[in-house]
Amino acid sequence: MLQTLLLAALAAAPGDAAAAGRVLRWGCDSQGGAPFVFQDPMDPNHLVGFEVDLANALAARMGATAVPVQGQWDRLLELLARGDFDVALNGIELAEEKKRVALLTAPYFAAPEVLTVRRGDASAPRTLADLRGRKVGTLPGSLASRILERAGAEVRTYDGGQNEIYQDLRLGRTDAVLLDDPIAHYYGDLEEALERVPGDFGEVRYVMAVRPSDEALRARLDGAIASLAKDGTLRDLYRRWGIWNDATARLLGVDPAGGGGSTIATEHERWRAAVGKLPPLWERVRDRYPRTLPLFARAAGMTLALSVLSMVLAVAVGVMVAAGRRYGPAPVRVLAAGYVEFFRGTPLLIQLTMVYFGLPELGVRLDPFVAGCIALGLNYGAAEAENYRAGLESVPAGQSEASAVLGLSRWQALRFVIGPQAARISLPPMTNDFIALLKDSSLVSLVTLTELTKTYVNLGNAMRDHLGLGLMVALWYLAIGLPFAFLSRRLEKRLGGHLRRAEA
Amino acid sequence: MRLVVKDLFRRHPGASAPVLDGLSFELDGGTLVAMLGPSGSGKTTFLRCLIGLEPFERGEIAAGDVVLRGTEVAPPPERRAAIAKIRARIGLVFQSFELFPHLTAVENCTLAPVRVMGVPRAEAEERAVALLTRLGLAERLRAHPDRLSGGQRQRVAIARALAMEPKILLYDEPTSALDPSMKQEVLQTLHRVDATGVTQVVVTHDLSVARGSEHVWVLGHGKLVEEGKPEEVLSSPKHEATRKLLADWR
Repeated sequence: MLQTLLLAALAAAPGDAAAAGRVLRWGCDSQGGAPFVFQDPMDPNHLVGFEVDLANALAARMGATAVPVQGQWDRLLELLARGDFDVALNGIELAEEKKRVALLTAPYFAAPEVLTVRRGDASAPRTLADLRGRKVGTLPGSLASRILERAGAEVRTYDGGQNEIYQDLRLGRTDAVLLDDPIAHYYGDLEEALERVPGDFGEVRYVMAVRPSDEALRARLDGAIASLAKDGTLRDLYRRWGIWNDATARLLGVDPAGGGGSTIATEHERWRAAVGKLPPLWERVRDRYPRTLPLFARAAGMTLALSVLSMVLAVAVGVMVAAGRRYGPAPVRVLAAGYVEFFRGTPLLIQLTMVYFGLPELGVRLDPFVAGCIALGLNYGAAEAENYRAGLESVPAGQSEASAVLGLSRWQALRFVIGPQAARISLPPMTNDFIALLKDSSLVSLVTLTELTKTYVNLGNAMRDHLGLGLMVALWYLAIGLPFAFLSRRLEKRLGGHLRRAEA
Repeated sequence: MRLVVKDLFRRHPGASAPVLDGLSFELDGGTLVAMLGPSGSGKTTFLRCLIGLEPFERGEIAAGDVVLRGTEVAPPPERRAAIAKIRARIGLVFQSFELFPHLTAVENCTLAPVRVMGVPRAEAEERAVALLTRLGLAERLRAHPDRLSGGQRQRVAIARALAMEPKILLYDEPTSALDPSMKQEVLQTLHRVDATGVTQVVVTHDLSVARGSEHVWVLGHGKLVEEGKPEEVLSSPKHEATRKLLADWR
């Protein structure tokens, strides 16, 4: 289905000439981690990585400014098709099937695939043939995963980050890891308990992707790559990150040992120093976490804004659907029931995907924030509708009759008599729904929004720290959710005093 | 206001016997009428048909110049219009009062005048306070229903109905939801309202309420079987159904 969506979205995407201007919007996922694009572990407010340097160098050569746009890695080509950015640049591997949906530039980097195993593990696989039937970790949709499948390995893919892939190997949950050399260099090699297996396991090449209508942009990017390769900029850049290799030298047609610049991998050293050995928790709390506060605060703002606006929409939808279901004529009742069953019965992830990637097919291209609010609001609207229906049904029929006898219209009865009484019943589950929505809002990272959960995953990967940061993000969620729970309890109490049934 | 009920016929869906079977009577304004009859004789159904909470198939009800006809002869829009007019002239006090629990006594009495009749809030409140005070609730004006005794709730319900200035006020079993010791209080209230000139029709199982009324109707099997002054009907009943009813009560 994704393939269909992707192709459809591509057909609908307008020819975007934004890159012809002064800004080059490039799509990447900082969750992918080092050394590609990641948050600086020492100052996570900055995005660093060899592709950040590459994007800046390319843009400078093209007379533009590079602006990174966050997007989920395995959705980068779909986001590109939607027009969320001009070029996808984030370890995108050269593969034939990608040419069907995007224009690919010449490769800018090549690297061997590296097999990593536990040090001293006598039973560890050491050749491709050994991999048959063994549990091997890698990234989803990667060349490495295809190599593993061909070799008959039991492939374990990870949506989180690269650090987890090597941690699972260390903990014995997998038998080996096959990943691109830069990843192995930055994550696998840091673990003393792990070692590389010598041998040829394949070679990966990274390319950039632009929309099929952007032939001119591709030509300019190709020109910029060639020019940066020729004057040694790329070699120096890759050396700085410690990932310069013979394969890339061959690819770029330059001397692997050439160049007069420094050969010290300064950036890699910086990375090792920051995360090679994690300092104790209290030191991290003192030295590192304060610097995550601005990031988390911004992400919390996103989570809060998204959740509150989605909840407002959900309440409005819920009231209408519940009223339609209880008081409407037969066709409205059927429609309302259908709405509830559809939105309650299908995963939010699918609804969000349809709104963001599917609607462009019908000519509707929504801003990520709007798309997130709509998907969350429509989904939770179904839950709210059921909640309010239960509230309305809990008010005795006599109250409606008393209202009618007094001459109140149906609407007046609902507004002044039934509604206020139903509200008391519906309030506690509504608070629950809001807290659930707060947590479900993490799904919007799919559509390029960076909220709390995504920030945690990104930082966890960049700082190789999952426990301490996990506690931090939990505190942020509680800080947002608890005040609402408290307010709701107070409101409930205030309503409650006057709403005990007046039975004789 | 004159109330004329002619050949009312009502059968509940799925029931074999009709609950109202040719009920007819006439009522001239300004009295306190007790409607008696054994359970299932159609008393409550009659009230609900009259106020439009339940349909009836045949016959008609004329309240002043408004005529409400049965569903077999009158189209829904005609019935809806007639019901709206009837509700503007006739009030009902429910057996379980059905006060609005989230509103105070005064608010219960001002909601409909403000929202339905368009009375300015201050004026509606002034009238509600006057009504509640006349019914002995001057101290309980701002209380919510859950803070009131059963008798007080009933009086708020009566005040709420009176606030709409009905010509006729109907009561469904006004003593049944209350402690037996409160019968006198109910009678007293009925007489206070009677003094205002509003016609009252009280469906009741209670002999003391019947004795305190000015006119008595006895229903049996959905028909009016006997009517007259309470002292006549209660001391020398002519119809077999009335005799049986009185025997059961004693």
